[in-house]
Amino acid sequence: MVLPLKPVSVLAWRNLWRNYRRTLIMLLAITLGVWAMIFMTSLLRGMVDDMVRQGIAALPGHVQVHAAAYRDDPSVTHSLPAPGNQLLAVLNGGQVAAWSSRVRVPAMISSEYENRGVTLLGVDPEGELALGFKDSDIVEGRFLNASDDRGIVIGRKLLQRLETRLGKRVVLMSQDPDNTIADGGFRIAGVFKAELESREEGYVYAGRDVVQAMLGIGSDVSEIAVLGQDYQAPETLTATIRDVVTEDLEVLSWLELDPYLATMMRVMNGFVLVWMVVIFLALSFGLVNTLMMAVFERVREIGLMQALGMRPAAIVYQILVESLMLLALGLVAGNLLAIGTVMPLKDGIDVSAVSQGLEMMGASSVLYPVLLWPDLLLANIVVIVLGMMTSLLPAWRASQYRPVEALSRT
Amino acid sequence: MSSISCSNLCKYYQQGDAVIKGLDHVSLEIEQGSFICLSGPSGSGKTTLLNCIGGLDSLDSGEISIDGERVDLLGKAALADLRLFRIGFVFQAYNLIPVLSARENVEFVMQVQGVGATERNKRSSKILEEVGLKGMEDRRPAQLSGGQQQRVAVARAIVSQPKLVLADEPTANLDSASMEKLMEYFRNLNRVHKVTFLMATHDQRVMQWADRRIVMVDGAVVSDEVQ
Repeated sequence: MVLPLKPVSVLAWRNLWRNYRRTLIMLLAITLGVWAMIFMTSLLRGMVDDMVRQGIAALPGHVQVHAAAYRDDPSVTHSLPAPGNQLLAVLNGGQVAAWSSRVRVPAMISSEYENRGVTLLGVDPEGELALGFKDSDIVEGRFLNASDDRGIVIGRKLLQRLETRLGKRVVLMSQDPDNTIADGGFRIAGVFKAELESREEGYVYAGRDVVQAMLGIGSDVSEIAVLGQDYQAPETLTATIRDVVTEDLEVLSWLELDPYLATMMRVMNGFVLVWMVVIFLALSFGLVNTLMMAVFERVREIGLMQALGMRPAAIVYQILVESLMLLALGLVAGNLLAIGTVMPLKDGIDVSAVSQGLEMMGASSVLYPVLLWPDLLLANIVVIVLGMMTSLLPAWRASQYRPVEALSRT
Repeated sequence: MSSISCSNLCKYYQQGDAVIKGLDHVSLEIEQGSFICLSGPSGSGKTTLLNCIGGLDSLDSGEISIDGERVDLLGKAALADLRLFRIGFVFQAYNLIPVLSARENVEFVMQVQGVGATERNKRSSKILEEVGLKGMEDRRPAQLSGGQQQRVAVARAIVSQPKLVLADEPTANLDSASMEKLMEYFRNLNRVHKVTFLMATHDQRVMQWADRRIVMVDGAVVSDEVQ
């Protein structure tokens, strides 16, 4: 015999509102639980996404090509030649969104008052902008005009540390391939801001040709940074580039260049699931309690329905439908609340009060919640699946009453 | 062929050190189309007998067959189907579902049976009119008097046209006129449609309607008379 869906569903719906206060309290709990699952996940996603974005921006690029020993000793002695024809064909192909070759060496910058250790980046301004540097990040002056621009662009924080200002001259000092001091005077052409203070303090941009000339390395560069189409799947691009470069060069994706970030991204999905299940476990006690109470209060009716010919399976079905209705209402409200609170925050949440802590984790002081539909779906599935599993106990209990005993309950 | 056959039914309850005899070696043959009253003092086993025949309660020993089918051997689902399709119950306490209206209570069994909406509506309207509840179809049990609730319970028991009606004090809470009307209705169903009625009652007026009167004391049948 098929389950009597309609009468059971009508009964379940009406029973839900018999004790409307209890139902509303449970609905509120489910709503807040679902909201917490989705909202907190979106914050977490936003933070990890930001960490990855910042990490990739700092590298920069999804894939980098270096001389094999460069990562152990990032000095000018481990340079690589400008890209050859085969590599250029890949770099200018469809898999690549942007690329640039850069000189990247440790250096000392000195103003008339202070000096600091920095990373000197000799860049092609056009390529650097394509890789992600934004004109809007320039807070004073301008960015470099060309590879032979003789100005430099430094971070806002470094400007403060050096106690200097826009237009003043500074001296940059590094080592050439013969390990002798190579230095040059540069005028500060621009000041940039970054979401991480460490970037503002640690990086100095100069024209690539100028830096190459200062270091005496001809057209050699330290790295080729390549931006692919999807940061989450850089493996194919990495393999393609690896196929066209010589064996003495190292081609690594950002996942290998920054394993901490890669791990963060990989464990994120598992973490989200664990987070949702933990919230649901807290919620499930309330759900079980509500359903148990509903069952205990209606023992006599359950006995009556059995006496009238309702099978135990239909009793289980009725309690499950009741639970499903409660969960579905809570899910609708929770989803709407979560979307309603995440959407207005899409321009970011200012968390500068804890910016130092966040910066240690590589995240910026503005948190952008990221609401992913799969996360929304996962939260809904977790609530429905675990909710139904949780409801099985009270439903089973209800179906096991002997009609004659249930009917004698007052 | 007997409609109901009870052989040596025993059902005992333990109450502290004492053993209460719910049914004490009860044997009965009830023919299809019988109109029977069970009487006896409270605790004599009338309700227990009805519950055991309807499969609501289990036996300690003995056999019950309805139309040759052993009720005492059926599983939960089969017992549910037996009650759904072949037995109508009228309980001592009206036992209506409080969240359903009078009509919905009456239609509930038919819904579970899978009877179509038009047929359900036709049958429930007719029976509610016959038990004097026309115009009260949409009232919930809490909005009905005790007598009206009892009539809804009766309507629910017979609307699905069972072949056997087990009624426990069906006329409790009914005034004389309503009782007479209900008994006439039962009697008509019994004569026209050969529905078997087995009614537990204390009411002497009800007993006068019966073809056969069975008296129970302490779980045993002490008298079984055809009137």
